[in-house]
Amino acid sequence: MTQFYNDPVGHWVVVVVAAAVLLFVVLTATAYTVWFERVALGHIQRRPGPNRVGPLGLMQLAADGVKLALKESIVPADTDKVIYVAAPMIAVGAAFLAWAVIPIGLWYNVQYWIADVNIGILLIFAVSAMNVYALVLGGYASNNKYSMLGGLRSAAQLISYEMALGLSLVPTFMIVGSLRLRDIVQYTVDWGWYHGPIPLIILTPIGFVIYLMAAVAETNRAPFDLPEAEQELIGGFLTEYSGLKFTMFYLAEYVNMITVSALAALLFFGGWYLWIVPPVLAFFLKVVLFLFLYIWIRGTFPRLRYDMLMRLGWKVLLPLAMANVIVTGIVLVAVQG
Amino acid sequence: MDENEEKFPEHPAALRGPTEGVPAQPKGKTPSVASDIAALAAGLKTTLTENFRPMVTTMYPEDKTPRSERYRGRHYLRRYDNGLERCIGCELCAAACPVGCILVIAAENTDSKRVSPGERYAKTYEINMLRCIFCGYCEDACPVQAIVLGPEYELSDTSREKFIYTKEKLLEPLPPDVAARLQAKEPK
Repeated sequence: MTQFYNDPVGHWVVVVVAAAVLLFVVLTATAYTVWFERVALGHIQRRPGPNRVGPLGLMQLAADGVKLALKESIVPADTDKVIYVAAPMIAVGAAFLAWAVIPIGLWYNVQYWIADVNIGILLIFAVSAMNVYALVLGGYASNNKYSMLGGLRSAAQLISYEMALGLSLVPTFMIVGSLRLRDIVQYTVDWGWYHGPIPLIILTPIGFVIYLMAAVAETNRAPFDLPEAEQELIGGFLTEYSGLKFTMFYLAEYVNMITVSALAALLFFGGWYLWIVPPVLAFFLKVVLFLFLYIWIRGTFPRLRYDMLMRLGWKVLLPLAMANVIVTGIVLVAVQG
Repeated sequence: MDENEEKFPEHPAALRGPTEGVPAQPKGKTPSVASDIAALAAGLKTTLTENFRPMVTTMYPEDKTPRSERYRGRHYLRRYDNGLERCIGCELCAAACPVGCILVIAAENTDSKRVSPGERYAKTYEINMLRCIFCGYCEDACPVQAIVLGPEYELSDTSREKFIYTKEKLLEPLPPDVAARLQAKEPK
């Protein structure tokens, strides 16, 4: 296998097959995330959520998918057609690209990844920042004031929170000394006083809190879903999108949600290491817990007003993240000499 | 935050302050990061405990909410116990109907063909259910309690024609509980 992987042709075969498998897995996971969200939100509101299509309503997303795919895809008059069509593609592309570098532990000492680059987390930030182009361009091209406002909001919001998000992870890199996600996960086993997984959140609790908040804002989820803001902006950048193009935005949002959940599990909670629990199951459990946290937050908190959002980003999270970096640096120097 | 208020005096008052709409703090307590986080945690706790409370949803086609026994659903035409139709073709129901959805065409009873105990009977009795507003005036107007509104409300169908309820359909037997209730208040 290793020899095959090192062969130039074999390497590409492995990568393409791995990408195809991952695409399938992530798409399926996305569908069930939507189901999970609808059921969990339902339970929070004391209703059952979708439970009609298939057992426990598990086929709901198949039905929704068919319905959305078959719907007429309306392109409004006087839109910038090329950009209008390209925007949802950018959203989906950016969302899936992040999964190129996310490793998944399948079994003890068996890990799955498409690209094992040494700047993994940096790449994820780079492609997840592309998401803002989709939102801004989609809003701009729609020829609709609500879309435009939604797009502008998303631009301002993502720029504000991108910095806090990036800085919140810097202490982790300083401690681990690598941007490769596999190294960070491996570090949870290596760093402690015994050879077993000790999640890094013990070392970087403030970073985790900042990451959690910034990631919700980064994925445009409630209570930071201002670019969509149904009540004020109809649907924000989504207003003029329908059919398959709407589905693509929708898909991208949930893929992003899984991505940040997986990242939180990898960076702060030891990835696929969980004592005796099989790695795949452990990883799955952690991601599902984070997804539930997201849904729980969405079901609890009202949307922030725009100035509140900006104040939280610039005046609270960013200084806190910077202070976190500086303090971590000082402590590291003090401990390591 | 107070500086901003000074800088933008042209804003309407409602848009100005960041604390606008925030409930007043209880006296003697100053807001702090800890109290704010406690408030957020209280919210999270509320939504989490709601998860474990019983659901309020009625699983509709399987379970139905109880309806008043005077519920006004689809119409029925009644018969006497001996099988004769009650309707005497007087058209008072059609006259009382505010939307004019009832069509009655009466015919004379003869000794050889007796349909109702009165002089006349309804040869045609049609109700356009798409027009009907289920006000129950027809039931009030009927001198012989021939037409009643039953409890059924699931009346959807696949074509407009099927919503014209003919005499045959209206003469279907009443649900037993409705029949018993009407029997009880029948003048003896």
